[in-house]
Amino acid sequence: MFHSLGKYILLLRLSFRKPEKFSVYWAEVMREMVSTGVGSLGIISIISVFIGAATTIQVAFQLSSPLVPRSIAGSIARDTNILEFSPTISSLVLAGRIGSSIASQIGTMRVTEQIDALEIMGVNAPGYLISPKIIAGVTMVPLLVIISITLGITGGYIACLLSGDVSPADYIAGVHDGFEGLTVRVALVKAVVFGFIITSICAYQGFYTSGGALEVGQSATKGVVYSCVMILFADLVITRLML
Amino acid sequence: MIEIQDIYKSFGENEVLKGISAKFKPGKNNLIIGGSGSGKTTLLKCIVGLHEPTKGDILFDGENFTDMSFEQRVPIRTQIGMLFQNSALFDSMTVEENIMFPLNLFTEKTKEEKRERANFCLERVNLKGTNNLYPSELSGGMKKRVGIARAISMQPKYLFVDEPNSGLDPKTSILIDELINELTEEYQITTVIVTHDMNSVMGIGDNILFLHNGKKWWEGSNREIAHTDNKELNDFVFASKFMRAAKAKL
Repeated sequence: MFHSLGKYILLLRLSFRKPEKFSVYWAEVMREMVSTGVGSLGIISIISVFIGAATTIQVAFQLSSPLVPRSIAGSIARDTNILEFSPTISSLVLAGRIGSSIASQIGTMRVTEQIDALEIMGVNAPGYLISPKIIAGVTMVPLLVIISITLGITGGYIACLLSGDVSPADYIAGVHDGFEGLTVRVALVKAVVFGFIITSICAYQGFYTSGGALEVGQSATKGVVYSCVMILFADLVITRLML
Repeated sequence: MIEIQDIYKSFGENEVLKGISAKFKPGKNNLIIGGSGSGKTTLLKCIVGLHEPTKGDILFDGENFTDMSFEQRVPIRTQIGMLFQNSALFDSMTVEENIMFPLNLFTEKTKEEKRERANFCLERVNLKGTNNLYPSELSGGMKKRVGIARAISMQPKYLFVDEPNSGLDPKTSILIDELINELTEEYQITTVIVTHDMNSVMGIGDNILFLHNGKKWWEGSNREIAHTDNKELNDFVFASKFMRAAKAKL
């Protein structure tokens, strides 16, 4: 375990060496941002709307006492979306979508000697392949989380409109009521950390792939599993530290 | 010139290379041959820096490559071209982008100049007009030629070729050999080729290094190989009936 951790840290150090040519790396960063951000927008939107809607209906169902104001459903749905569902569930989904793609892409490049070709040319292969993905991860995952929060809350509103469990006016009042900026800050910190975890762990798994197609698949699986476990662990640590 | 001095390489307990020394001259096709597991690919990977030798030195025109840091190696690496066994083309890039890739990173040429150089390299390997194709759209022989075009795009002083004929039909194999030979002579490149192919050995082997059990077993030219009494080399080169018949006629 310590051997792997050491290799992971060394790989990260190599990834952030001075680029051979900034413009080429910048183009790669842009390409990765589009792939990570725009490419994941669809799945994140669908998940967020449905989770937001389901959360609101469940909260309304559980707080059916006449002593509790109906607007509380909006407040709870908002906070759970901001603090947990949008950053954590989205990141777990992104680990599957982006993480497996990163690990299999880099793993395939390794087993087909494309990484060797880069190294022989004098290119810092970890820098060229991994740093743009990490930069894209830590910038695009927070943006996706912001979109996810917005769509999650919107999903709750749609659920109120369609189900009638909570009136839309109560829901909106609840969303506005007692809002704390800290919850969004926590969500963004989580998103940055999760973006880093997904991209760096999956890139590490891909970079040290050896063998053939079977091992590329195993690297992708390991990358996703380890990322998910680390996301959940980091989620707990950040929540404990910031709230 | 490339000089390797007393190279040893071990993977754990397994000693693959056992004290190999040789000189590879410019303008010559230097072939490394040997049976499977003899250490020829490991030797090639040590020379280009993909493996670090356990012991020994590798000198590129007198500069000790083994002692250098990653940054110090970059100027030498930009003078190295390599053709891999499976071509190792970047599959997310077109043919033209593959060839322009090292130019983008290591030169200050304008886009037009880089495109001109890519076209020249493609013309040189008889693949004019394939600029916008992706590697998945190319045949094995075409991939090898694109690999050569990429390898020569930076006008290398040293060219390394790993199994250039593997997976190719005999006619394409000969074309690839001839192309490597022409480029070596034309640009006075120090070319090092790892091969199993006896047609290449007899056709373009200016200097042949025969490895056996991780040691240099024999060194000489393709003219000398037919007259050697080295048993292991004879067993390897003249293993097929065809080669034995060809030897009998010599």
